[in-house]
This record gives sequence, C-alpha cells and structure tokens, in this order.
Amino acid sequence: MHLKRVIPCLDVDKGRVVKGTNFVDIRDAGDPVELAAHYDREGADELVFLDITASHEARNTIIDLARRCAEELFIPFTIGGGIRSEDDVRALLRAGADKVSLNSAALKDPGLIESCALRFGSQCVVLAIDAKRVSAPGERPRWEVFLNGGRIATGRDAIEWAREAVARGAGEILLTSMDRDGTKDGYELELTRAVVQAVQVPVIASGGAGDLDHLAQVILETDADAVLAASIFHFGEYTIREAKERMAAAGLPVRL
Amino acid sequence: MDYGSGNLRSVQKAFEHVGFAAEVGDDPRKVRSAAGIVLPGVGAFGSAMEGLESRGLIEVLRERVEAGVPFLGVCLGLQLLFEKSEESPGVAGLGLLRGDVRRLPPGTKIPHIGWNQAEIVQDSDLFQDVPDLSAFYFVHSYVVVPERPADVLTITEYGTTTFVSGVESENVTAVQFHPEKSSRLGLRVYENFARRVAGG
Repeated sequence: MHLKRVIPCLDVDKGRVVKGTNFVDIRDAGDPVELAAHYDREGADELVFLDITASHEARNTIIDLARRCAEELFIPFTIGGGIRSEDDVRALLRAGADKVSLNSAALKDPGLIESCALRFGSQCVVLAIDAKRVSAPGERPRWEVFLNGGRIATGRDAIEWAREAVARGAGEILLTSMDRDGTKDGYELELTRAVVQAVQVPVIASGGAGDLDHLAQVILETDADAVLAASIFHFGEYTIREAKERMAAAGLPVRL
Repeated sequence: MDYGSGNLRSVQKAFEHVGFAAEVGDDPRKVRSAAGIVLPGVGAFGSAMEGLESRGLIEVLRERVEAGVPFLGVCLGLQLLFEKSEESPGVAGLGLLRGDVRRLPPGTKIPHIGWNQAEIVQDSDLFQDVPDLSAFYFVHSYVVVPERPADVLTITEYGTTTFVSGVESENVTAVQFHPEKSSRLGLRVYENFARRVAGG
C-alpha cells in the first residue's frame, strides 16, 4: 500500500542549519548533514533543505551540501530556495539531490518547469507554492500565490497555478499556507484539500504543524500525500517515530 | 554499469556503506570480468537502450547473464530486462525476461512517487532479513508485466492497481524501487546482493 510521508524541513543559510537543535546523537547541530542523518535514523521518509542564503556568492555552499548529503543519506532529499535556472537545477541534481523545488523562478518564467521536466523528468521537479487566503469571510475561498515569505503578492490564484504547473510537468506540489506558517495552529485544510483535488500529482502539506494530531488531521481530511514540518521536530518536541506512531494510530499507512 | 543514465554514485556508496566495493564503469571488458553486475538507471527506456548500445554493452551483458553471473537491475534497470516498453515504441529491450513494460493505468497518480510496500511472493536471498511488506522508495511511471508468473518476486499495490515490483529468474534479480533511497532495509538488499556475489 502506498504510504504517507513525513518530511522534516531544514532551513539552511551559508551551509548551516538556521534553527538550533540539541539532539543527543549529534555533535554539530548546525551541520545539515548530521541533522539529516539523524532524521534518516529516526525514520524520516524524505528531507527538504531550504536554502535561504541571500548572497549569490554563497550559493555554491548549497551544491556542496547536496554533494555531502548524497554521500551520507539513504533517503531522498529535495533542495529548494534560490534556484533560478535550468543550470542551477542541473548542478544540484548532478551533486546528488533527488529533486529540486522551484518557486519564484517558476513564477517569473513558467517555461522553466517545462524545460526542467523535459530535461530531467517530472519526478525531480517540485513546485513550491506559498499561498495566502485573500477572500473575505463568507466569500467563496480564494488563495493567492505570494513571494518572499508572504510579502509580495503575485496576483496569481494558487489553485490555478498548481494546475498550470502540473500541466507544465511539475511532479509534486509543496504547498505552504502563509496564513498558518509559524502559527502552530495546524495546516490549512481547505487550501490543501482544494489543491489535492485540483491536481493528479502528490501534494505535500506545509505550514502550521504544532502537534502530532495536526499531521494526521491534514492527511485524513485532505488526502495529502505527505506532511512537512520543521520546528516540531527540530526542537526535540517530538520524534519522527512518535509522529508516525500517532499517524498509524489514526489509521494512516506509514513506514514504521 | 554506467550507460549515461544517472544515480550511479548513490548505488555505489550504498555498497560501500555495507562494506563491499563497487566499481562504476562503461568498459565492456570490465563488465566481462565483474563478479556481479548492477544495472541502475533513471530516465527513458529508449535513450537507455541507446546508451547501452553505443557503449557496446548489450552483447557483453547478455553473455554474462547467460553465463550465470549475479545480476541486479534497479528501476529502469528492471524495465530494460524485458522485451519492449510503451514508453519507447519500436525500441527492443534486452529481452532477458519475457514480457513488456506498460504505463501505470490512468486514475493513479503518475509518477508513482514515495514509499510503498513490497509483498514478497517468491523466496529469495535478496530479501534475507527483510520482513515481508517492508516499505521501499519508488519513483516511476511505467511498470513491468512479466509473461511468466514464476519470474515474479514482489508485488506492490498502488491505488486501484497491483504491479510487479520485483522479478527473479535464476541469477537475474531486479526491483522497481530504489534500495539506495530506502534507508536501512534498502541497504540490506544491497548487502544481500553483495553476499550473493561474494558467495558465488
């Protein structure tokens, strides 16, 4: 049976993990590769590294990171953040990343999704969508795509954009609710459900996980394929194992 | 075997991780002298066969497999064993196993990405110490349809369909999933194959 995935997300700046951690089996909690290997041992199904490095010169550190991860990880990993071109994608895949996640570059040039899907295959092209609800209460719900952590509105409808990206060859959608991100109030169920129903590719729900019930809830209520979370794992609140046990107890098929 | 089709390093380091040496190469002479052969691969059926052919690897591969050398195919390396694929009409596969390769049926999410279970239907040392219904990582849009039921090693349920996720026929074993991306149990599959090679 196809299993639901739990995906820890690591924010990386100049090759270092941004949010601190204190796991007993890690010597250097700032080292993304050590943290990643820890999550692999704990049973994470996959990992996402989000490069938030602003300066262009420091971009090569993310390629080094991909290379080191490829040496030490035995689960798939995705790299996102700051990817601008097909050459960036090629460099990351060559370094060993299994997938790349496109966001603002794809919005600027949707053809990038097509060219990457044609050249490297849909399976490695993830489209990241940061969506914010823009409809008034009582109105038919609408979500708009935002850039730069929710600061810049694009005028694009999130559901339409998801459909278009899949038609252009995106193999997966990483969907983040900007309304919920960082709130710990749980995932945005209505948004997630709308995207899951709009596309025929796996949808990864992101933004808002505050406890383990949230993980099970979003999958049970929307049929999302995977849940992505950061802080609930990084600060040792919950282990991946605990998350999966809770999901299994809720009747979800997971890898234990 | 390197035929220009990706993910070789990840397979090589999986063998290294479990304590065995694996060489990556496209030299037919090296293939001829290898104690075991692994055919990994991602990408399209047609360009993969072209990659094998242009490097002069098809004959030596057939010859060594027929001579009984342990062989492991992974993902596209499974599909290439068959006679043909819907992905690349008109291109002949290796034909080492009878049957063909078809696109996953409509109604399922394609590509099939993620973890899924393998139900073991034939005894094999490849799955020694790997529990039945263990989860492995899959990334594919096409599935093999073997003609001989005896070749089926594992099956996997996906949506409304059940497909053959592993085959075994004498010294030839191949799996649709990626053991090198399947954490601890995937590494055990490589370890089991390496032991088969070392013991043979």
